[in-house]
Amino acid sequence: MAVDAGRYALTLSRRTRRRKLVNLFMQALATLAALAAVAVLALVVVSVAQRGASALSWDFFTKNAATFGESGGGVANALVGSLVIVALATAIAVPVGILIALYVSEFAPPRVADLARLVLDVLNGLPSIIIGIFVFGLLVIGSGQAAWKGSFALAIIMLPLVARATQEVLALVPSTLREGALALGASRWRTVLGVVLPTSLGGILTGTVLAVARAAGETAPLLFTTSIAANAVTWDPRQPVLSIPVDIFALSESPDPADHARAWALGFVLISFVLVISLTARLLLARYRKRLEG
Amino acid sequence: MSARVSAVPSTQPLPNRRRLGDRLGDLGLHGLTGAATAAAGVLLGAIAWKIFDIASPAISKFGFAFITRQGWDAVHSKFGALDLIWGTALTSFLALLIATPISIAIGLYLSELAPRGARTVIASLVELLAAIPSVVLGLWGILVLGPFVGTDLEPWLHRHLGFIPLFDGSPQNAGILVAVLVLTIMIVPITSSICRELFLGVPTELEQGAFALGATRWEMVRGVVLPYTRTGVSAAVILGLGRAVGEAIAVTQVIGAGHGIHWSLFATGDTLASKIAGEYQGAATNIQIASLVYLAAILLVISLLVNLTAQFIARRFSHERGGGS
Repeated sequence: MAVDAGRYALTLSRRTRRRKLVNLFMQALATLAALAAVAVLALVVVSVAQRGASALSWDFFTKNAATFGESGGGVANALVGSLVIVALATAIAVPVGILIALYVSEFAPPRVADLARLVLDVLNGLPSIIIGIFVFGLLVIGSGQAAWKGSFALAIIMLPLVARATQEVLALVPSTLREGALALGASRWRTVLGVVLPTSLGGILTGTVLAVARAAGETAPLLFTTSIAANAVTWDPRQPVLSIPVDIFALSESPDPADHARAWALGFVLISFVLVISLTARLLLARYRKRLEG
Repeated sequence: MSARVSAVPSTQPLPNRRRLGDRLGDLGLHGLTGAATAAAGVLLGAIAWKIFDIASPAISKFGFAFITRQGWDAVHSKFGALDLIWGTALTSFLALLIATPISIAIGLYLSELAPRGARTVIASLVELLAAIPSVVLGLWGILVLGPFVGTDLEPWLHRHLGFIPLFDGSPQNAGILVAVLVLTIMIVPITSSICRELFLGVPTELEQGAFALGATRWEMVRGVVLPYTRTGVSAAVILGLGRAVGEAIAVTQVIGAGHGIHWSLFATGDTLASKIAGEYQGAATNIQIASLVYLAAILLVISLLVNLTAQFIARRFSHERGGGS
């Protein structure tokens, strides 16, 4: 009997070879896409660092901006402004965000919880410029700009982030802990405040830090609510202040190369802060989740 | 979804004082957290109301014709939104067109291909890309990416693809193309990290079943992973669209504040959001401010529609798949 050599041969048929090639090609494309994303990150960070690092000096951080019309000077006013605005925004957003998360995961009936989640998601998806205009219309028209008004705008950005992060951590708290507390006769509120909240504190903290990193870089909500011309250091939240992102935005629109140099330096400061903070928070969060789940 | 715990029946009545305290405590915490949640809802309503309130002079003066009218003439107070709606649609659509396949590819790489050790590292690097503040990305866009696009990319595209109207015109450092690229960079990390989670959620039995039938990895992805996650991926893409439509700062920095409706990507342009960010400070008349906020109102409606659609699809997806968001 003659065996059909082509049919039972151990070499790959043309069809199989084509399938393998397509597979290889697609795998290469996917790898390339991931590499490209990492390369863009490296490209942005390196070019900001290259252009920004050289301008950094002690004076840069401690001196104020030069008076209007002159170039040079430091950025102390913008640094302090950002610090005040973001700190106050955090103080507003974190307690409210935690309360919302507690309601959604501990108290609300399922339908209400669903609705609350939807509201948070929609709030999170609003363009930040809309929030800027909202706060401008609500607080700034008629009474002028102030740091706390910018904080209010940033708090609206942070609120859904904090609430969402807290919710996720609360969902990880083992129900045996809750049941244990209730079985010991503790009431609902004592269980929540004494057992659930302390267990999830680490996760809430890292979620908050990520929200701070996001808020520190937001420009649009501050564009109308805080000043672009305040060139004195002030810690008073009732004064209009400059902030780092708004300063970068204003400097980047200027035609003067000296302004661009300042923008790069500020960009480097901002990007270092944001990247270091979010990287640390992510690592801590991963470790925390593992401990809670493990 | 958290576990629901029912009240524990007690066999012995608690001392009166503690019962009262507990009841007050329960009520207080329940009320406080409920009030905070209600406040978030009120806030959302207040934002919509305030935007339409500030825009009302322009809405009553121009009516709905504002949406279909071209041109933005501050001197004669004649304003129309069509140019900006066009700019928003063109930039977002193109950014989405580039970002979607890239995001899916990254998601696939991170969930199916990457070596175990490198997986989390690369995933967090991609997510870090989303952490770069938009103003810094815009600064990079105008001073690094823009000159590259103007002197290298656009002339190259023009030479080889100039017969397509998109690549017609004279190259410049700021314009729609730079905005599209910057938006792409902003969308990709968001969409790809959602895609990755979706792909990781595909049941292993299904994947291994496909392998057992002799499928190659790509055939498995095409036959199992992508169909299984289709709804979720479309929700992720729409969320990316929401981000692209609403981005103001980075786009303002790179798009060059142009006028008119062009097909050419080399031309300068403006989007709804970038017009507001670019002109609000310098707005001279009340009607100009109102018109700018009218733009914000249009943007608000678009972004609400986009977000609600995405949420609706995402919820249906997680419902279909039984949990796992």
